[in-house]
Amino acid sequence: MAEESGPILTANGIPLKVSLERSMRQNKLKAVGLVSVPFVFLVLMFVIPIIMLLVRSADDRLVNDVFPRTFEAFKSWDQVDLPDEEMFKAVVLDFQESKPSERGRASSRMNYAKSGWRSLVRKTGKKVKDVTEGPYKEALIKIDKRWANVETWKSLAIMESDWTYEYYLNSIDLKQNSDLEIVQQPENRRVYNMFWWRTFLVSIQVTLFCLILAYPVAHLLATLPLKHSNLLMICVLMPFWTSLLVRIVAWMIMLQQEGVVNSTLVWAGMLSDENRLAMMYNYNGVLIVMTQILLPFMILPLYSVMKTIPPSYMRAAQNLGATPSLAFIRVYMPQTLPGIGAGCILVFIVAIGYFITPELVGGKDGQLIGNQINYHMRNSLNWGLACAMGSILLIGILALYWVYDKIVGIDNMKMG
Amino acid sequence: MAIHPYSTVPQRAWHYSYLIFCAIVFFFLVAPLVAVIPLSFTSGAFLIFTPEMLAFDPEGYSLRWYRLLIGDCSDAVVTTVCSDKWVRGAKNSFFIAICATVLATTLGTLAAQAISKPYMPFGKVIMAMMISPLIVPLIITAPAISLWYSELNLTQTYTGLVFAHTVLGIPFVVITVTSTLVGFDQSLMRAAAGLGGGPVYNFFKVQMPLILPGMISGGLFAFITSFDEVVVVLFIGGLEQHTLPKQMWSGIRQEISPTILSAATILVLLSIVLLTTVELLRRRSDRIRGVTGR
Repeated sequence: MAEESGPILTANGIPLKVSLERSMRQNKLKAVGLVSVPFVFLVLMFVIPIIMLLVRSADDRLVNDVFPRTFEAFKSWDQVDLPDEEMFKAVVLDFQESKPSERGRASSRMNYAKSGWRSLVRKTGKKVKDVTEGPYKEALIKIDKRWANVETWKSLAIMESDWTYEYYLNSIDLKQNSDLEIVQQPENRRVYNMFWWRTFLVSIQVTLFCLILAYPVAHLLATLPLKHSNLLMICVLMPFWTSLLVRIVAWMIMLQQEGVVNSTLVWAGMLSDENRLAMMYNYNGVLIVMTQILLPFMILPLYSVMKTIPPSYMRAAQNLGATPSLAFIRVYMPQTLPGIGAGCILVFIVAIGYFITPELVGGKDGQLIGNQINYHMRNSLNWGLACAMGSILLIGILALYWVYDKIVGIDNMKMG
Repeated sequence: MAIHPYSTVPQRAWHYSYLIFCAIVFFFLVAPLVAVIPLSFTSGAFLIFTPEMLAFDPEGYSLRWYRLLIGDCSDAVVTTVCSDKWVRGAKNSFFIAICATVLATTLGTLAAQAISKPYMPFGKVIMAMMISPLIVPLIITAPAISLWYSELNLTQTYTGLVFAHTVLGIPFVVITVTSTLVGFDQSLMRAAAGLGGGPVYNFFKVQMPLILPGMISGGLFAFITSFDEVVVVLFIGGLEQHTLPKQMWSGIRQEISPTILSAATILVLLSIVLLTTVELLRRRSDRIRGVTGR
């Protein structure tokens, strides 16, 4: 009888609750074990790189590692008069104990803070071997007069800390002056804001064009009988499945000077032979090609929302006396808003990170921020700046995805 | 919005302009791809439709660019570049894509198994992480990967490229397999366990045949992603890792010739085959799970 009032036991006498908890724990452990391999792989191969990119965008240890004594001496300098002999000596010692390759990399970074550092470091590096004893001040100034300029020394302040937000400032056309105030870049070096603005503009325009083109098409697909809509759906999905580069090549054939579109227009007499339209290697080319490439991203979410709207609603609205256009605006369209939202955000997010298309068809005035990241990563080797731009872009995109998740849920992402 | 016999004239006009608009959009979607195919058979050296081609003169058509593509230089003119780069690129691409697909499918399926369990701790967070390579644009992923892989000495190696492409493929497998697992009856696994099968045996004998369509279509997505991927290759691939997209990239940038169109045609056909496969798989999967009416 005591058994009935006590906890329910399993066959081997353990309380059921304990046994259940144990088996749940085992299940959890099994699940964690399953996920651990892909998890570790992804952390190693993807998450760490992204974190590295974020760190790199603010990392300023390079200069401090090459010139440790200089920055130590810098701390006790009043930043008004020319530094004393002690600091000059620190510079000479740092020069003598660093490798030219290290100095080269450090000086490229110093050049971003104040132009002229690179040549100064190179010139000094060549001759500093001969300086064996003091006075170091005269010796350095003899090598290059810029060492006698207080501004040169003051610009070290920007690099003093191990961490910097200068790359972020640079990527929006700002910089720090030697007094650590944030100022605009000189007129001729203000370029990146234009790229940010253009990237934003292209993405907005492409999103709008996609919406205008996709809405009727999605509606047609959703209302046609399945037999016909399946065939048309393939027309939507085929470009989606075709290699991006193939689609770009295809557009080159269509849009180039001697291309299909121009030739057809000339043949039809709508265009004279001399005035062939320039639709490639410029801003317009990027717009046209990106719109075509991203169109399926708009059609599919709109389609899946429109598919769920019963056609009887429109009929009911019209029976109640609404004209077709009023019924559409008041009854149909509000129900498609989630689809519009999802499609627009998706297209915008994908567009904003585009790099291949503008690189190949953008020419000069179609380059976007992605191309700048590529340029600084692979050509100018200003990795800090590239990482800062990437980080800004990444944060923007994650914020947009958060909104997307609120609207549709990332789990509902559909692929064909 | 079907047209009724009693529709007014403006309504009819509106309806037909709507249909025409849709037709134009479909044309806009498909026309460029279709234009590639005939042009790849040109006998000329430029990417334009020659008068002979438009007159359907057999002289205007030839297979010379396909011969160049497979590295057959017998009728190459001095000015045209002929090399085995396309063949080599295709081999590399297939090799890398197949390795990446196998890895991504295995890892993705493992992850999806765990994530779809209701008692999985931090399931949502892990799911978000698994999908994140799809969300982060390549122009951010590729520099990040190149920074880190160079520390691991993985740049300019096949291993590095395979790993990077695996990362890009995992989200597709996770998404498709989790959505297939939603329709999977877990009591089948309990029944199999009750009948004495081990977990691994049960997975291969009971679960995998049922979720295979999801795994395959996820794998195909992963394959096509890797096969088409050029940004990561540009950032971390060396001379050895010369892939097909990279060859197309340099073809577009430097020596644009109809060879690129013949390659493009083959890729368009390949994409049609893959698309059909996925569609058939999806239908099969729906049928198995008893989902009817599309």
